[in-house]
Amino acid sequence: MTAAAGYNFAYLDENTKRMIRRALLKAVAIPGHQVPFGSREMPLPYGWGTGGIQVTASIIGPDDTLKVIDQGADDTTNAVSIRRFFARVAGVATTERTSEASIIQTRHRIPETPLREGQILVYQVPMPEPLFRLEPRVAETKRMHALADYGLMHVKLYEDIARHGHIAISYNYPVMVNGRYLMAPSPIPAFDNPKMDRMPALQLFGAGREKRIYAVPPYTPVRSLDFEDHPFVPIRADAACALCGSRESYLDEVVTDDRGGRIFVCSDTDYCRERQAAQRRDAAE
Amino acid sequence: MTEAPLLEASGLSLRFGAVPALDDVSLAIWPGEVVAIVGESGSGKTTLLRVLSGLLRPDAGQVTYRDPEGAALPVHDMGEAALRRLMRTDWGFVHQNPRDGLRMGVSAGGNVGERLMAVGARHYGSIRAEALAWLERVEIDPARIDDLPRTFSGGMQQRLQIARTLVTRPRLVFMDEPTGGLDVSVQARLLDLIRALVADLGLAVLLVTHDIAAARLLAHRLLVMRHGQVVEQGLTDRVLDDPQHEYTQLLVASVLAA
Repeated sequence: MTAAAGYNFAYLDENTKRMIRRALLKAVAIPGHQVPFGSREMPLPYGWGTGGIQVTASIIGPDDTLKVIDQGADDTTNAVSIRRFFARVAGVATTERTSEASIIQTRHRIPETPLREGQILVYQVPMPEPLFRLEPRVAETKRMHALADYGLMHVKLYEDIARHGHIAISYNYPVMVNGRYLMAPSPIPAFDNPKMDRMPALQLFGAGREKRIYAVPPYTPVRSLDFEDHPFVPIRADAACALCGSRESYLDEVVTDDRGGRIFVCSDTDYCRERQAAQRRDAAE
Repeated sequence: MTEAPLLEASGLSLRFGAVPALDDVSLAIWPGEVVAIVGESGSGKTTLLRVLSGLLRPDAGQVTYRDPEGAALPVHDMGEAALRRLMRTDWGFVHQNPRDGLRMGVSAGGNVGERLMAVGARHYGSIRAEALAWLERVEIDPARIDDLPRTFSGGMQQRLQIARTLVTRPRLVFMDEPTGGLDVSVQARLLDLIRALVADLGLAVLLVTHDIAAARLLAHRLLVMRHGQVVEQGLTDRVLDDPQHEYTQLLVASVLAA
């Protein structure tokens, strides 16, 4: 496949890509630190992944294989349009298989299949600042990051336990990166947080509207915040996938009719399909 | 008061444009001592407090703090990280308006626990136990630990602010008119409480007030300020019973007897 005529490779012009790559290098050098960058207008609305798409456009090459997921699924509007966008403007190969992809752009999930060295996971981030609900002044949050003054985040966790009996954050659960920077992991479920810890793949985060890039290099310790007597617990629906029977994967609840019928299915469609295919192979043998 | 002073300031000057807010002010405060700064509005009391606590940089002069190891630290040259650490461990600041010192959207327990968590406490149970103990100590019903401060009365908010400040057992507390804006009976209770806590914990307190009665009740020593200068200082009873400077005489004479 070749790129569409009239566009630079991967849509962004070379100077913009260079600017974003510089921000990425800085972000990788300081794990978890938010680096400002000159976010461009992209041909999709804010909140649909303008940050992630710019990061992907800056790092993608003609030999890359791209996978795009939205809430774990390859076949939702957001994932389909971004995948088609890069197929058109960069002419790269695309895939739905996690293990075949060299770059995976994701919205709100980490694939169930463990990632390996050499792969890059690009997150779409709506709000990069983990402290923004607690401290409204941006200048003050910057100062708090600079001084590693994160007591306030624990006040929020304390309030949750006092009010609900447990830490009631089910997604975008704050993490400490490399023991230094507090980071918002983008709205992935808390269930996915442990996957970030010492992941062999490079993790890049792009926030288009907020104009921030940050990164977690391979094998970097990522710890979810908690209390000694209220340790972090990844939450998962207590059910098996209705399609593949998995009891390990993260599940979506799907309403099937208007009489209260509902099933749980894997949110990661690729993982679910592979498991079903393996089961069919086993049955045929 | 045998050891070296806890906080020592010399030759502090600060001008706001043409207005001299501080004019060659020097003072020292020893461990366990309560020093009151009195004077009328605009005499530079609060500015002095802000300069001493490192919030404001003076045009001239320096402030030195002696840490528990005995090292003398220059307050205005120690860097922001060190100053912040000091502010949440060895020091405390009680604001006139509890809304400035409290997080109004966080429960009473969270408010008390914040300083503990900021210095690294990560055990929910012990943070909560400490918060409960402190609420009891400042005479707030422990059953209200999960209520928001905005549902508290003014006096309770002020007591909560004191609990939140004292929870890390600071050595030096700055108080900016802690009884301002409260009615007299609540004031009396609060002063009683502060006096008991100060004696219990052996705190050094720097108290800014325009309430001569509060100063007499709490302070060991008194500084009288006017136009940014310290016009008179000495033991509280000496200054109030035998004022030497004419401005102090005026100040003492203006107190209404009930």
